Amino acid sequence: MNVRRLHAALAAVLLGVAGIAIADSVPRDTSHAEIMRGRYLVEAGDCAACHTADGGQPFAGNRGVPTPFGTIYSSNLTPDDDTGIGTWSDEDFWRAMHDGVSRDGRHLYPAFPYPWYTKLSHDDVLAIKAYLDTLPAVRSVARAPELPLPLRWRGSLAVWNALFFKEGEFVPDPSRSAEWNRGAYLVEGLGHCGACHSPKNVLGGVKRGDRFEGGMGEGWFATSLRRSRGEGLGDWSADEIVAYLKTGANDRARAMGPMAEVVEHSTRHLSDADLHAIAVYLKDLPGDDGAAHAQQASTDHDVLTRGRLVYLDQCAGCHMENGEGVAGVFPPIKGNTGLHASDTTSLARLVLEGAHSARTPDKPEGFAMPGFAGKLSDRDVADVLTYVRASFGNGAGPVETSKIASVRKSLHEAP
Amino acid sequence: MSVARRLPPVDVVIVGFGWTGSIVAKELADTGLQVLAIERGEFRDTIPDFSPTFIQDELRYAVRNSIFEEPHRETLTFRNDMRQDALPMRHLGSFRPGSGAGGAGVHWNGQTWRFLPTDFQLRSHITQRYGAKFIPADMTIQDWGVTYDELEPCYDRFEYLCGISGKAGNVAGKMQEGGNPFEAPRKRDYPLPPLKRSAATVLFDKAAREAGFHPFPCPAANTSKPYKNIYGVQMGQCTYCGYCEWFGCGNYSKSSPQACVFPALLGRDNFELRTRSEVLRVNLDSTGKRATGVTYVDTMGREFEQPAGLVVMCAYAQHNVHLLLLSRIGEPYDPVANKGVVGRNYAYQITSSVDVFVDDILNPFMGAGALGQGVDDFNGDLFDHGPQGFIGGGYLALWTTGGRPILQNHVPKGTPKWGSAFKRALAENYLKSASIATHGSVMSYRDAYLDLDPTYRDVYGNPMLRLTFDYHANEHRMSDFLTERATDIAKAMRPRALHAKKREGRYSIVPYQTTHNTGGAIMGTDPRTSVVNRYLQVWDVPNMFVMGACLFPQNAGYNPTGTVGALTYWGVDAMKRYLRNPAPLVSA
Repeated sequence: MNVRRLHAALAAVLLGVAGIAIADSVPRDTSHAEIMRGRYLVEAGDCAACHTADGGQPFAGNRGVPTPFGTIYSSNLTPDDDTGIGTWSDEDFWRAMHDGVSRDGRHLYPAFPYPWYTKLSHDDVLAIKAYLDTLPAVRSVARAPELPLPLRWRGSLAVWNALFFKEGEFVPDPSRSAEWNRGAYLVEGLGHCGACHSPKNVLGGVKRGDRFEGGMGEGWFATSLRRSRGEGLGDWSADEIVAYLKTGANDRARAMGPMAEVVEHSTRHLSDADLHAIAVYLKDLPGDDGAAHAQQASTDHDVLTRGRLVYLDQCAGCHMENGEGVAGVFPPIKGNTGLHASDTTSLARLVLEGAHSARTPDKPEGFAMPGFAGKLSDRDVADVLTYVRASFGNGAGPVETSKIASVRKSLHEAP
Repeated sequence: MSVARRLPPVDVVIVGFGWTGSIVAKELADTGLQVLAIERGEFRDTIPDFSPTFIQDELRYAVRNSIFEEPHRETLTFRNDMRQDALPMRHLGSFRPGSGAGGAGVHWNGQTWRFLPTDFQLRSHITQRYGAKFIPADMTIQDWGVTYDELEPCYDRFEYLCGISGKAGNVAGKMQEGGNPFEAPRKRDYPLPPLKRSAATVLFDKAAREAGFHPFPCPAANTSKPYKNIYGVQMGQCTYCGYCEWFGCGNYSKSSPQACVFPALLGRDNFELRTRSEVLRVNLDSTGKRATGVTYVDTMGREFEQPAGLVVMCAYAQHNVHLLLLSRIGEPYDPVANKGVVGRNYAYQITSSVDVFVDDILNPFMGAGALGQGVDDFNGDLFDHGPQGFIGGGYLALWTTGGRPILQNHVPKGTPKWGSAFKRALAENYLKSASIATHGSVMSYRDAYLDLDPTYRDVYGNPMLRLTFDYHANEHRMSDFLTERATDIAKAMRPRALHAKKREGRYSIVPYQTTHNTGGAIMGTDPRTSVVNRYLQVWDVPNMFVMGACLFPQNAGYNPTGTVGALTYWGVDAMKRYLRNPAPLVSA
């Protein structure tokens, strides 16, 4: 028994009746190895993405997380007694991660991805807690959620949970390899890839049948992770997936927008073995039969001609006249799976407001696409997107001017 | 003003964050030291600051000087000679220093040369070849204290940092077909092949050969192909948009601190960049032999004292000199007694051009800042100066830097300056004209120097820097000689018309000529005639180093940035040695 534990035990005895409640908060005897594992898991879960505000202290929360219903402000994960999780027991933390229920018994909003974290093992959850306990305590109170009235009533979340939440730890599939199971555990659990990459219903619940077919996250459309033709991960090899998650880019694509942050804060820290496991699992997701998302590329001569002129004027300098991009610098248009996305929100955002690509030790440049909102009209953007989706061997459908207009409008409204 | 607030000390403070500052920061941060760079201007990055969606705006950048030093904030006074009263330069003219992260490394063209071996030993070489009497009495040229062979590895590092496009002419003494036959031996070829040639440079190449000269593709800090540099930073590929000089590159393909150094430096725990902070002086301890740090002021007017173990001066050439004078480091130069060091040997360059009007369509808009074909037959001491009676030389080149609508056009001599005849001439000649440039050295003289102005004060109440400079007969003779050789080539291009524009009369600070100001804090082997020793360490203050073109004892016939980059690596290696054993690297 170490000294700290002895003190805690003495305190429990001295406090008598209250001892039972106090015993729950006695610090566990955590090892350095467990703390380091916890740090790795915190990175794998990309907790900082939501729980560190721009310019704020790490994990002190209060970052606005946009949801389709309003903005929710993240909680303070530092061990501050009053405003953080300083007084939380391991079991309090487990309940939050596993059941989506806060220490005070209130339901947490599913912007916190407990529908995925419920898959985590008890040991992993405690390792995460062990690491968070080592952070400097920061006093920080999150702002109240900006939600319409019915959703501010937390009881509504019990209904949501009944409909969309299935509690339960990950159960390995014994017919699959250990690597596949590790990949599944990371993708379905801590990685919470489906939080963005799966389509959601009007209440924000994942549509079960269409998992990983692409969905909205933070105002961007996260592409399909399935082996759809053209779209999604298409025919990416496992090594290409690993390179993308490790360095932020491969020969086909660069991580931009929210995915750039995922790479910078999370996936680049993962071991090659874990990244490969993720790739193996993703490669094994069911492909589409092609019919559901069959797209018909535009054949409108006028639109394509106008689009081509915009492309030559504005895009070809970097992406080249033949659409092949510049290896290692500017991604190709030709065969670009992201460009085939069924939902063109991200494409519209990319052209209108631009974005930086992920900065990683392997690729420190953070190459950026400039925004064209001040230069191109809605119709110009629609035409050039329609053109690139129909050219260089690509086969994705046209983009309507009205779509660009609505995305442009949403950018002005963004917080 | 209130008393400066004293900040926690750092290991290294760097004054200015352009090419030299960012390289020094990267190299010293790599050793694990806590490095702070203080920059008077804004932070700037490729996107959003130089975005290709708006950067090709000639009126905003080239005409209205959007990204240069602002004279209302920092300028100098100027006079041609010591009998005159100097007046403040209220508009940028003859030269255009940068301001903000990346410095002038953002808006340069990218013409990246090595100097010749004899350039570094100019006084001893000229004396040996032509006799001491060949050097005019008032010409104060000096040897640099460093040799080309010593700098060769440093040139190599800078070229492989930038991703220079070019063709070697001399690899380790072995002559290479297609390169500059007059260049000094280099260890290896350039990292990238030459840029694609423009139609005009093809015409020039043929004509120069006919004239008996030896043309070659000029070395360019515009990437001919994608390139990954020595810091693991990937660069793009030049698109020949023709907007290099006066513009930032939005395409990651013109070498700059942003494109080549920042990604490997910014965001590191042991490096901090403090922008909008202007250093007012370097502070010394009571012995005057040790720098304790710097004092700077922010935009709110608050003064801060930043203690540091090592101070590295990386501001623009004349600003380094100004800070040395304001900090009372080194003895100010006195031109009457020819004594003192700080401000000594200011030099510049002398340029001229020959416009050529041809029948071929040249499409000048497809250009790059350093896309050019050069002739080096008349640079340095590559030819016998005995019969010429002057010292120095320069290169001739036809650059296709671009065909911008406002400033980059040529009309034949005698064309009206405005009206329908001007428009007609412009339309007729825009696609069918080019210009051959001469780029000549300027020697240093006793009466060309920098000191503190006795009358005018800057926005902080400090005396402004005063520049006293004029061209001497030696430079005019040399420049006229180069202009004649350029005319020989122009004639061999069989033009409809040509217009030789000699550099005539006194130096004027009004028309733009070149931002190649040098000297004032020169390097050397004698503390009586140089501010820093051959390792760029201040003679009087060993924990202080000076970078940049202010180190040049006189100017050579090449654009200076290649040599500034090489000297930076030379200096930073010396700093690393100094940090291991803090003492003067040369005993005075």
